Amino acid sequence: MAAHLLSELTVFVLAVFVGFEVISKVPTLLHTPLMSGTNAIHGIVLVGALLVAGVAHGPLEHALAIGAVTLATVNVVGGFLVTDRMLEMFKKKPQS
Amino acid sequence: MSETIAAAPWITLTYLVTGICFILGLKWLSSPSRARQGNQIAAVGMVLALAATVLSGAIHTVGDIVIGVVVGAILGVVGARRVKMTAMPQMVAIFNGAGGGAAALVSMMDFLQTERGGFAFTPDVAVAIALSTVIGSVSFAGSIIAFAKLQEIMSGRPVAFPGMRIVSALVLLFIIVMAVLIIGFGGGDGALYALVAAALALGLLIVLPIGGADMPVVISLLNSFTGLAAAFTGFVLGNDVLIISGALVGASGTLLTQLMSKAMNRSLFNVLFAGVGAGGGQAAASTAGGAVRSTTVDDVATMLAYAGQVIIVPGYGLAVAQAQHNVRELADALEKRGVTVKYAIHPVAGRMPGHMNVLLAEANVPYTQLFEMEQINPEFPRTDVVLVIGANDVVNPAARTVRDSPIYGMPILDVDKAKSIVVLKRSMRSGFAGVDNPIFYDPKCAMLFGDAKDSVVKLVGAVAKV
Repeated sequence: MAAHLLSELTVFVLAVFVGFEVISKVPTLLHTPLMSGTNAIHGIVLVGALLVAGVAHGPLEHALAIGAVTLATVNVVGGFLVTDRMLEMFKKKPQS
Repeated sequence: MSETIAAAPWITLTYLVTGICFILGLKWLSSPSRARQGNQIAAVGMVLALAATVLSGAIHTVGDIVIGVVVGAILGVVGARRVKMTAMPQMVAIFNGAGGGAAALVSMMDFLQTERGGFAFTPDVAVAIALSTVIGSVSFAGSIIAFAKLQEIMSGRPVAFPGMRIVSALVLLFIIVMAVLIIGFGGGDGALYALVAAALALGLLIVLPIGGADMPVVISLLNSFTGLAAAFTGFVLGNDVLIISGALVGASGTLLTQLMSKAMNRSLFNVLFAGVGAGGGQAAASTAGGAVRSTTVDDVATMLAYAGQVIIVPGYGLAVAQAQHNVRELADALEKRGVTVKYAIHPVAGRMPGHMNVLLAEANVPYTQLFEMEQINPEFPRTDVVLVIGANDVVNPAARTVRDSPIYGMPILDVDKAKSIVVLKRSMRSGFAGVDNPIFYDPKCAMLFGDAKDSVVKLVGAVAKV
């Protein structure tokens, strides 16, 4: 378990550094879509929601499972779609 | 209990691919030409991770999942399709709150399932459960308040009561006690529910005292909170893809939050604890005063038509009035007469950094005419007319001079250095930050009262007749 935790911590810390590096030079122009895009990415919690919902038992757990999967799906689907809608406009050549 | 099942190698490898997709996606989102592909590749990574999870054999009952995915997808699609571009900040807030709530619920469920199975927690898992539950709940409650303030369901003004900070501190202390109970002393369901309730209360207490103008910074901060909550959920479930993605968002969200606070020249601490507009607004209002000069459409049209250079300062009011297209028509008409037209975009114009660029892109305004604050400020002294449309705080010179003003220190567009200023405004109401603007009393400044769209349409007609 300790080894497992250590490797998870390693992954976590390295990912934090990658997160800082990868977006350090974003023009203000793209701040809004970027915020919306990162917002969609943490919808990955849907993976966790699927895992716990897949083994749910009893009314309380079922209620929580439906809640977790619904919320996480809203985050994923809404997040990616709305970001795409914004970026689609950015691509347009305004004067053509 | 989930961490006892070792994932098959192909699942771990798929999760690795997902991680790579997210990193590439974030990288590409930083450049205008590839931003859309960046978002799309991140979406592909998401689909891969979800498919691998579904096929992993770890899912035994699908009823809840089908209901949740169908309802969630409908809500997500409808929300994303129907939201107006002006309402983007609150949309991001609500999606973010959903993610935070989901992270908290997942950790709660793992806690309940582990108890039900008669397993004991290792301390590291207990710590991760406490952290993701608390951070996720704070993000959920905070995002809902942020949404309500931006959607104007509740007042955008800071809400505070005497002793609020003491109450917040006590709630935080209570959260720590409950977390210690759960981590170190086998605290059961009761402690967990108390923890969640207190964390939700803390979310409310953190966001309520913050004014509407600072809300984008808060949403960005809550965005990184949700990322962290997702990462800690990954520790709970022993799931690498959650850890990687959550950490990426936690870090990039923190950086973005810093960039936003910097654009307003305020520290994050100041945003969170200063309570902008709670009291200072009224004080500033009484110091301004003086006579306001109101003008007519025809006068403004003449000024514009015979100007050498005109700078348009668009603000949120322009977007609310949906006047972007009409402003572009006006600019086109002026350019035909040989007037140089430029747009001055303040970093926080609109309701979050980059928001105004999205709104003007929607109206097909060419990029070549959009200038950022640093580029355009030296231009004001040689500009004949500045047309301020629905903007207020970003042109308020009180930010430069009035030390006790709530917006003191925020970099502004130096419109007061231009030869003349025309402000299109509905009424004398103060801006989003609740601060009065001395520029309205400047002798060089004339006010054209009325709906922004209405006024601009009339201006287009009047310029044609000059």
